[in-house]
Amino acid sequence: MAGVRDIRRRIRSVANMQQITKAMKMVAAAKLRRAQEKVVASRPYAKQIQDVLGRLAQAQTDTSHPLLEQRLVKKIGYILITSDRGLCGGFNANLIRMTRGILEEKRDADTGLVTVGRKGNDYFNRRKAEIISRFVGLGDNPDYNQASKIADEVMGLYTTRELDEVYLVYSKFISVLTQEPTMVKVLPIEPSDEKVGGNYIFEPSPEEMLEKMLPNYIESQIFSALLESKASEEGARMTAMDSATENAKEMISKLTLVMNRARQAAITKEISEIVGGAAALE
Amino acid sequence: MTTFNLNVVSPDGQVIDKEVEFVVLPSVDGELGILANHAPLIAGLEAGVMRYTEDGKVYKIAICGGFVEVAKNKVSVLANTAEKAEKINVERALAAKERAQKRLQDKSPDVDVLRAEMALKRAVARLKTTGKL
Repeated sequence: MAGVRDIRRRIRSVANMQQITKAMKMVAAAKLRRAQEKVVASRPYAKQIQDVLGRLAQAQTDTSHPLLEQRLVKKIGYILITSDRGLCGGFNANLIRMTRGILEEKRDADTGLVTVGRKGNDYFNRRKAEIISRFVGLGDNPDYNQASKIADEVMGLYTTRELDEVYLVYSKFISVLTQEPTMVKVLPIEPSDEKVGGNYIFEPSPEEMLEKMLPNYIESQIFSALLESKASEEGARMTAMDSATENAKEMISKLTLVMNRARQAAITKEISEIVGGAAALE
Repeated sequence: MTTFNLNVVSPDGQVIDKEVEFVVLPSVDGELGILANHAPLIAGLEAGVMRYTEDGKVYKIAICGGFVEVAKNKVSVLANTAEKAEKINVERALAAKERAQKRLQDKSPDVDVLRAEMALKRAVARLKTTGKL
């Protein structure tokens, strides 16, 4: 059995860790709140742009915009959004596992990744998967300009026919406890079929409007995904740190028990030695 | 006076959602005024100042490009950014304006003229909104 002093040292080190995980949990909780607010705030814009785009696509008979063009799929691109930092439970692992599954499934086709976030990038880099471009170090507050940069890159790849289909793989924020890895199609854009009345006046022409609006739509989709992913990450981190703190607590109480037992055993041993020694003298 | 619903959203969130009497927007083809019961319309917007009248008072918002949709007595503005006058950082806008002007005057080949012009337009829109220009 380990000595009392060794056990005491271990308890101290576990207690230190507990303090750290507790602090991290609180930081994650604060960041989560902010991220959640941003997710909610971005929703009206995303919804509106989708609605308006639907109306626009309907008004226009000629849908020959390069971003709407459906072609024979030779190469598929996946935008994988992961976090830059770890210590967030299964957050990145879940996304990576899903992506691996998809890549495995599409083994016969040509595939390429656009990685956003260090974790996914590092993993697939090690695995020698094809990474077309990477965006790392986006920070805690994803902003619209970052989404726009990613969107520009992806749209460029699509219009130059480097990629024929683009999907977005990210973690959807459902609640603090649940985050769901999700895949959505980004390109080519498939206009919705909902019927809306009214003959719109377009200023400038529908073609020009479409030209302006489609990139915005992609940007807003990526922006929403970035925000959802950030909220999911902080949610996952908070849960992970909470259970780490719990585990540390449990471990401390177990170790304390062992230590007390060891101390008692030592005392008993000492007494019996004294008694034995005294008996030998008689 | 008849009113209609004005809803301004940007990727950072909803800016306003209220009943107004009159809206003027910086559309790509010039200023665009909208009163109640306007015909359905979808238009592109440029960086500039939008004004709306509520209870006879005029308010301003700086916007940087986007779209507007008018339908069923509802005006939805989808702006890339939208800032109310009180939220604008005047010093930053002034600095941005000077920087853009300087770059435009430079005429050196590595100046992205289009970008500088856009930046200037945005800065001017912000300053006009606060009434500092």
